[in-house]
Amino acid sequence: MNKPLPNSLRTGPDERGHFGIFGGRYVAETLMPLILEVERAYEDAKRDPAFDAEFRRLLTHYVGRPSPLWFAERLTAQLGGAQVWFKRDELNHTGAHKINNCIGQILLARRMGKTRIIAETGAGQHGVATATVCALFGLPCTIYMGATDVARQSPNVFRMKLLGAEVKPVISGAATLKDAMNEALRDWVANVADTYYLIGTVAGPHPYPAMVRDFQSVIGTEARAQLDAAAGRLPDVCVAAIGGGSNAMGLFHPFLDDASVRLVGVEAAGHGLDSGQHAASLSRGRPGVLHGNRTYLLQDEHGQILEAHSISAGLDYPGVGPEHSWLHELGRVEYVAVTDTEALEAFQLCTRTEGIIPALEPAHALAQVMKMAPAMDRDAIILMNLCGRGDKDIFTVAEALGVKL
Amino acid sequence: MSRIAARFAALKREGRAGLIPFVEACDPDRATTEALLAGFPGAGADLIEIGMPFTDPMADGPTVQRAGQRGLKGGATLGVTLDIVRGFRRKDDATPIVLMGYYNPILSYGVERFCDDAASAGVDGLIVVDLPPEEAEELAVPAGRTKLDLIRLVAPTTHAERLKVVLQGASGFVYYVSITGITGTRTATEEHLREAIPRVRAATDLPVAVGFGVRTPEHAAAVARHADAAVVASALIDTMAANLDEAGRLKPGTIETVLDQVRALAAGVRGARVGRAA
Repeated sequence: MNKPLPNSLRTGPDERGHFGIFGGRYVAETLMPLILEVERAYEDAKRDPAFDAEFRRLLTHYVGRPSPLWFAERLTAQLGGAQVWFKRDELNHTGAHKINNCIGQILLARRMGKTRIIAETGAGQHGVATATVCALFGLPCTIYMGATDVARQSPNVFRMKLLGAEVKPVISGAATLKDAMNEALRDWVANVADTYYLIGTVAGPHPYPAMVRDFQSVIGTEARAQLDAAAGRLPDVCVAAIGGGSNAMGLFHPFLDDASVRLVGVEAAGHGLDSGQHAASLSRGRPGVLHGNRTYLLQDEHGQILEAHSISAGLDYPGVGPEHSWLHELGRVEYVAVTDTEALEAFQLCTRTEGIIPALEPAHALAQVMKMAPAMDRDAIILMNLCGRGDKDIFTVAEALGVKL
Repeated sequence: MSRIAARFAALKREGRAGLIPFVEACDPDRATTEALLAGFPGAGADLIEIGMPFTDPMADGPTVQRAGQRGLKGGATLGVTLDIVRGFRRKDDATPIVLMGYYNPILSYGVERFCDDAASAGVDGLIVVDLPPEEAEELAVPAGRTKLDLIRLVAPTTHAERLKVVLQGASGFVYYVSITGITGTRTATEEHLREAIPRVRAATDLPVAVGFGVRTPEHAAAVARHADAAVVASALIDTMAANLDEAGRLKPGTIETVLDQVRALAAGVRGARVGRAA
């Protein structure tokens, strides 16, 4: 009982941050000493019961965890197959799973004596979550956001500013998430002494992929216990959307060693996998090195990074966390892709049958659930991570549906 | 002896430091890069660094970022860059050439094949910004086999203990990143160099080159008083960027302006140790 399986998939990465050939630390020498310091500080924090206690306290009383597990009965009836259960991380403070990781990392930054926080953001959810914890801890923060994203996510930009953050629009490259990450790394290189880089997903140089996963694993750990209490069993399938992959890693990780549980990661197929306009790094990319780690990337034949496209700004990234690349090659997790159109349909179905307006990111996961559930037995269970709420997306959805607000 | 070792040995005999101008491949087109390379040695370049453009250059400031974007637009690929080196080598077999860039294009080209092709094209060394020693083995082995120096970077943040790790197995020369920051933004004080360079020298017998923030003949002279070579990139690129026409082509006469700038920098480097005991 409770003994790890002999070939556990949950022990990675190795001491140099590798998941198989993926992960690692591909950063300029100026940053290396600092990256190693972050790793030491995190290892130290992990062994400190006081750190965990403070993390749990904030998750409970500030974030509002545990988030509920919801049996989506009307949706289940409509799909006519497997039971669909939502892990409702959209009910967290700030409206998405991003805050789980921000709480963990702000505690680490404070422990390291850092006095300034920087972060990158795409849709603005991670930026808002970062600005939130910085307000809570009284630390100044600078959020890098692609100028394109600043334009299409203006409510979140205003939220960050209200929370006291400085939002710096990034105009280099294509002015989206990957460029924001480049710019945050450049800021960090120039301000190593006092600054902590609060990365928002399970990517970047080691220890970030493992650390962000650890903080987000609260999702899967809670869901596992909640489903056990409600249904007395494990799910048959877990489904989550993948941009960088933090909500999916958080849901999947506690189930990696349960061979009976199918794990399905849903990438953004944008206008279609063969359209050249998508964000499906695992389905259509190949391994390379970007932003400090080796992983699957969208790139051209010369190794130049391609722009991603998705209706969901949070999935619009040409890379993916290295642990996903590893799980992909091992075949432990199946990675599929869902188009903008399919995600929009799922968005509307969820809203009308469950009274929950999902973010466009989990709408991708739901579109996959809609494909799978009807063909499954009625006593089968699909556990889906509803990782964010859709308030931020109503303008995008209105535009896509041809509605003028 | 490699071209890099031979050139630094010659500089030592002359009792002076060297100048390493930088050019981004195909910024804004191949012909410009070829013309600059052809002119650099005559203008006083002792070694030459060629940038290999990458879409996401995380250690570079706006000047080099834009040069990279122009380079990509101008048709730069690793294949084209090596071809440019091959052309240069037909006329100059002495001036060492070091390629600087990021790992992904090399990985995409194929690490083994890249080393073979670079060595046969006449490249002498590689600087791969996002490949710290901890991840370098995959490139270090074929680079060693093909006699390419894998130039290690040392930063102000590289503390004494780590310096040993970084310099283990280093060859060619050591590149000291003189500021904690990205290229072309700040300039190190001479006081910093006076303290930092001996720290690096104490850990290696290799020559030490200094880059990041070296812009003027005076900066170059300050570097030359303490180190073995000064790398100048953004200042030269700025001159080019200020002389582009509306179609993004270099205005006539700009090559000569850049070469004049190299001459002035070379004079700064060469005059730096005058009056000091050899």
